[in-house]
Amino acid sequence: MAGATMAGGQSSMRAEMTSLDVPAPDPAYYCPAYRSTALRSPKNPLRILPAGLTERRAPVFGPSRVRPEDADLTAGLAGEPLGERVVVAGEVLDAAGRPVRNQLVEIWQANASGRYNHSMDKHPAPLDPNFAGAGRCLTDDLGRYRFITIKPGPYPWQNHHNAWRPAHIHFSVFGTNFTERLVTQMYFPGDPLLPLDPIYQSIRDKNAALALVSRFDLGTTVEGWALGYRFDIVLGGPTVTPVEL
Amino acid sequence: MTTPTPSQTAGPFVSIGTAWATGDATIDGEGSVVVSGKVFDGAGDPVGDAMMEFWQADAEGRFPPEVPPPWSGFARVLTAPDGSYQLVTLKPGAVPGASGESQAPHIDVSIFARGLQQRLVTRAYFSDEGPANATDPVLAALPEAARATLVAERETEEPRPAYRLDFWLQGGKETVFFAPW
Repeated sequence: MAGATMAGGQSSMRAEMTSLDVPAPDPAYYCPAYRSTALRSPKNPLRILPAGLTERRAPVFGPSRVRPEDADLTAGLAGEPLGERVVVAGEVLDAAGRPVRNQLVEIWQANASGRYNHSMDKHPAPLDPNFAGAGRCLTDDLGRYRFITIKPGPYPWQNHHNAWRPAHIHFSVFGTNFTERLVTQMYFPGDPLLPLDPIYQSIRDKNAALALVSRFDLGTTVEGWALGYRFDIVLGGPTVTPVEL
Repeated sequence: MTTPTPSQTAGPFVSIGTAWATGDATIDGEGSVVVSGKVFDGAGDPVGDAMMEFWQADAEGRFPPEVPPPWSGFARVLTAPDGSYQLVTLKPGAVPGASGESQAPHIDVSIFARGLQQRLVTRAYFSDEGPANATDPVLAALPEAARATLVAERETEEPRPAYRLDFWLQGGKETVFFAPW
């Protein structure tokens, strides 16, 4: 995602396919400090895909498949999960600041012990039978979303010696066109692992990196029940918005 | 104008959050086709933990909301441990390109995985659309060898048309990828 700096509108982009670098807000595909990128990052220059009708549309997910209870990751199983209950809320905006309405937001995460409910997660920390770790919702008419979940724990990974991922929640967001599709990770304020994490540190634009750290918000906090964190999401894409006169 | 939120990898456990929406693009009915293949990394090893998304027009070249449900134009597939994927869908129709010119039938493909800092975007065209492919503006801008990485080869007729297309994230057979933004 990102890259609102790309010059020109759809018509001027049409002319030629050109190689180009990843725009500053996004991490490069190849990041030596993040080992898994070595064999999975393309080596040839990316090409510009002129935005035809396919790129100017996006999937529509109706309320028939996404139920209100899907936004509560602490519910739906036999008991309550262990850990610190939190509310994570924010809004999804397009690059011009307009709300992305009635669109799908998905999250997934480790449990409070830092363990994913996945057969390939070998971290010797306990699974929680009351926490599956996935949720989803549709944004409302103002682009807002809200999840109830458990604060995920940090966990070790095999990237380098004594490597630990900072606590994070994976976010998947759809926009109003194909080019706005975004998958990212939300972090928590004050996490001492952030300066040591090659995935987080791969974002070269430091202001953009800060935008991935949620902020504690008393207004989102529910008295006597759960702390609240705010995480707003701005989708990129090549849409050139006319200046309003 | 606000800075767009940067991308981060979907990681190795992307299936936890996305598996609920996997499935074919269409009910497996009349006129459906199969597109399948494998995803490989730069060492030729299968990418068995990827999440793929397919986005396409219907047979008349329309997208939601111009075409009503249940057609969504969207399908999501998790690759198997051997890197394989299979999509059952309707073959898309031609769609207007950036300036209204006709583009050959195609599917926009996004690949998410551990080690991919953001999605990779490519396209799947169809080998039996020779005349349309020959005038497609996206294909026409590519050298011939690069063009071939985007064209799914028709292999069988029964019980329904089947096409094969492998995706190579890196290396000598590297797929042509497009800027995702």
